[in-house]
Amino acid sequence: MVRTSESFDVVVVGGGHAGVEAAAASARFGARTALITHRRDTIGVMSCNPAIGGLGKGHLVREIDALDGIMARAADRGGIQFRMLNRRKGPAVRGPRAQADRKLYKQAVQDLLGEYAELTVIEGEVFDLEIEKGRVAAAIMADGRRFVTGTAVLTTGTFLRGLIHIGETKIPAGRVGEAPATGLSATLLRYGFPLGRLKTGTPARLDGRTIDWPGLDMQAGDDPPEPFSALTSAITNPQISCGITRTTQASHDLIRANLHRAPMFSGQIEGTGPRYCPSIEDKVSRFGDRDGHQIFLEPEGLDDPTVYPNGISTSLPEDVQQALLRTIPGLEHAIMVRPGYAIEYDFVDPRALKPTLETRSIEGLFLAGQINGTTGYEEAAAQGLLAGMNAARRAGDAEPIKPSRSTSYLGVMIDDLVTRGVSEPYRMFTSRAEFRLSLRVDNADERLTEIGRDWGIVRSHRSAAFAQQKDDINALRGALHARTVSPREASKIGIELNQDGQRRSAFDLLSYPHISYTQLASAWPELAAFSQPIRDRVTSDAVYAVYLDRQAADVASYERDAALSLPDALDLNAISGLSGELKAKLAAQRPGDLAQAGRIEGMTPAALTLLAAHARRHRTADAV
Amino acid sequence: MPSFAETIVALSSAPGKSGVAVVRISGRQTRFVLETICGTLPPPRQATLKVIRDRSAAPLDRGLILFFPAPASFTGEDVGEFHVHGSRAVIAGLLATLTALPNVRLAEPGEFTKRAFEAGKLDLAEVEGLADLIDSETEWQRRQALRQMEGAIGNAALGWRHDLLQAMALLEADIDFSDEGDVADGLSIKARSLIVEVRGSLEHAIAGFSTGERVREGFVAVLVGPPNAGKSSLLNAIAGRDVAIVSDIAGTTRDALEVRLDLHGIPVTLIDTAGLRETSDLIESEGVRRTRALIERADLVISLRPIDSAPDQVHEHADIAVASKADLDGTVSDAELPLSVISGAGIPKLLERISDLLSEVSIAEPALLTRQRQRDAAVQAVAALERADTAPETELIAEDVRLALRALERLVGRVDVEDVLDQLFAGFCIGK
Repeated sequence: MVRTSESFDVVVVGGGHAGVEAAAASARFGARTALITHRRDTIGVMSCNPAIGGLGKGHLVREIDALDGIMARAADRGGIQFRMLNRRKGPAVRGPRAQADRKLYKQAVQDLLGEYAELTVIEGEVFDLEIEKGRVAAAIMADGRRFVTGTAVLTTGTFLRGLIHIGETKIPAGRVGEAPATGLSATLLRYGFPLGRLKTGTPARLDGRTIDWPGLDMQAGDDPPEPFSALTSAITNPQISCGITRTTQASHDLIRANLHRAPMFSGQIEGTGPRYCPSIEDKVSRFGDRDGHQIFLEPEGLDDPTVYPNGISTSLPEDVQQALLRTIPGLEHAIMVRPGYAIEYDFVDPRALKPTLETRSIEGLFLAGQINGTTGYEEAAAQGLLAGMNAARRAGDAEPIKPSRSTSYLGVMIDDLVTRGVSEPYRMFTSRAEFRLSLRVDNADERLTEIGRDWGIVRSHRSAAFAQQKDDINALRGALHARTVSPREASKIGIELNQDGQRRSAFDLLSYPHISYTQLASAWPELAAFSQPIRDRVTSDAVYAVYLDRQAADVASYERDAALSLPDALDLNAISGLSGELKAKLAAQRPGDLAQAGRIEGMTPAALTLLAAHARRHRTADAV
Repeated sequence: MPSFAETIVALSSAPGKSGVAVVRISGRQTRFVLETICGTLPPPRQATLKVIRDRSAAPLDRGLILFFPAPASFTGEDVGEFHVHGSRAVIAGLLATLTALPNVRLAEPGEFTKRAFEAGKLDLAEVEGLADLIDSETEWQRRQALRQMEGAIGNAALGWRHDLLQAMALLEADIDFSDEGDVADGLSIKARSLIVEVRGSLEHAIAGFSTGERVREGFVAVLVGPPNAGKSSLLNAIAGRDVAIVSDIAGTTRDALEVRLDLHGIPVTLIDTAGLRETSDLIESEGVRRTRALIERADLVISLRPIDSAPDQVHEHADIAVASKADLDGTVSDAELPLSVISGAGIPKLLERISDLLSEVSIAEPALLTRQRQRDAAVQAVAALERADTAPETELIAEDVRLALRALERLVGRVDVEDVLDQLFAGFCIGK
């Protein structure tokens, strides 16, 4: 069959959160990019809950923004309720979250993508990839079209052999109402990628007009709402509240009586589901009645009556789901717009990937998002950004980028995935980041924007905006360090300190819980000139200063290990003294550097010493 | 880093003439070596009597041969043992025969243990325990070292680690799931009680450290008293009784300055301060200063005065007061122990008294932490947990618990391991 075939630097397969960021990052780098998706109008769809961000996830969104990605700005344009989670805890563990209007969010994503001249959106199903001599050569469409490309980013989400379960009913699908991608599953199998099976679920959608709101507790957002993006000056959408209700004893009795009809319990589902996002039948069977399980009623849009009942994800049969609503206060008369379901899908063991998200076995093939065993829009989007950038860099013969655990949540996630693999859908938590105190939402741009510019994916207007901000931050830091007081002088301005005769800088003072910026500004009026975000940012640094100094040694030791790369060509069999078990693990996981090797389960210090010695020897040999 | 392509051999039992000598071999060549010099490979883990032949096929000796195939061996490699007659000629002949074979060489100090460590057979604390076990001279040292080698520290650290991980999980749940309604309140309070518990347990282990170190290195007892009190005579009398003597260390002259004793398993170094004091003319002389320092460092001070001297000559810090030259006339108080080096009367009683007093100092349970490195790690963990206890925010508590966990990992040598390795293995004798 001879057909004219168009050619691209990078082909991105899939138009979800990963695909969007991948295509955008690739285009920002300057690569001629195609985004291929089943339907153009589903680009930017939120297929599960209508919210962006959260704890850990909010960090990823801010990092995507710092790298000039799309998600934060789309969330600001689509957000209808903004809350900073953990506001009562320290700045390092706060997480911004926004409820989004589905339509506004989707529209924002499509508008933002539309800004890229280098990007072409193509409708259709990619059926296969052409691989030549271990390199991507072209994407083959189900309808026979062929797109020549040296790099492809697969972001197929739950579409690989997707199977929806609603009670006893099974429907092959990628999302409700959309066909699964079976062709690419076969492709990945054919090239020997290790596939696993995961499961995730979503609750029923309710008609908000049939919910008894007056009887429910309501939760409002922050006032004023704090935007995600450094480029957003203010949130302009009207803001809404969410309702809160709980399951009851009657709900639990009903669920127990029908457990045998739940696919998770009947054995119909083989995939592993996430422990941190259990279905309601899971909660009831594992945690019992307690005092009921909380449900957040989240409106899906300003002019959309659909409500997402967060907390009762389920795959029970439709009639049971309907009956369940009757037992929940406020939902007694609620009409179900569409039932909840569980979906099983294939994922690729991410240990088959390099820390650049390129597959180890096929040059030019990148994977990002749920296909790698993660869950969540934010995790997908962040991977998409990295994969899209690295695909474009490969097309442009630039060095691949490997993000570091010590500078971003993105780095933590990628490193976790490629060294440890996943046993349940991987979700970001702040606890995964050992350098949590320095990886904050409030300093994402300080950590990443300049790096991102060097990587070639941060455009000039963001660089300029950041440079301005950085000057302000440095000016304030300098001013705080330069101003010092003795305890006696401090007492004159109403600040009580230990009378130890020690002079302290204003920066030191800021780290004390009982001293506020306002107090300092009244003592040194010139400090009042700095804006609130700049003050907050520098105050965070002051609060954690002691801890960050202590952590610096940790970071340095990590970076030393991470800098010692273990070449792919390292012959494990030549390293005697390694146990067979460890050799097998190393062969399977192929750690890219010593830091990664150290996190392999069962790794011994002795084995690390051996690896280090061999890697050094290897490097010396290379240098000669 | 040694090349593991080579197979190593060494005499594993004490050098010199002995009833039975054990020569050990480890590495890839082991099977080949056994087949070459014993004819056939003995069945694994079974003592088999064989004739051992040299290169010219002449019999060297007859002995028990043992074969431990990898990986279930001490080093994780193929290991063989030759139990031969302990004559210098046999041992020399055997080692010469073995090292003449291709890729077989004499082991460097500690190399067997190093290979075991690198194969993940022992953790660092176990290696240290093994080193101490081999060096142990007394029963107490042996018990302590054995306990350590069996992984007592590793087990304790695992327990602490487990509790801290649990505390960490509670704290992280409080941080990462605070928005999910179904997470209970008061998690950090539960975490704090776990932290306090682990801290207490670590502090207990640290408190036992000085005993542990003493058992490892020996207690110090000093003899003090006026020049004519007979300290040297007493030391030499004890040194002359071969029962209790381990070795004399500093005895460059005929008179020993100190002797090492094994008193019911307790290692004691008995030091005579005589030499130090008697050589000094001036009050502030070096000798006096050193004597004072020694008394301060001592676990036990034994004061001597001749029985015919004034009773006020007993040293102010004396734990045991001895009235020497008891064969002379004189008076002795109830607190004093009469002793004569001429008749030997009182010496057994003195030794008894020393061991009784030191038993009280030591704890019945062997100490857990016995090396400075281990103590340092435990102290770092405690410091982090102390900070955790007063940290104002959950994420700061969690940060300090994380640091405590890292310190515990250092304790069993899971991180920062390279620094200690060389020092450790250099302290080994060949063939352990």
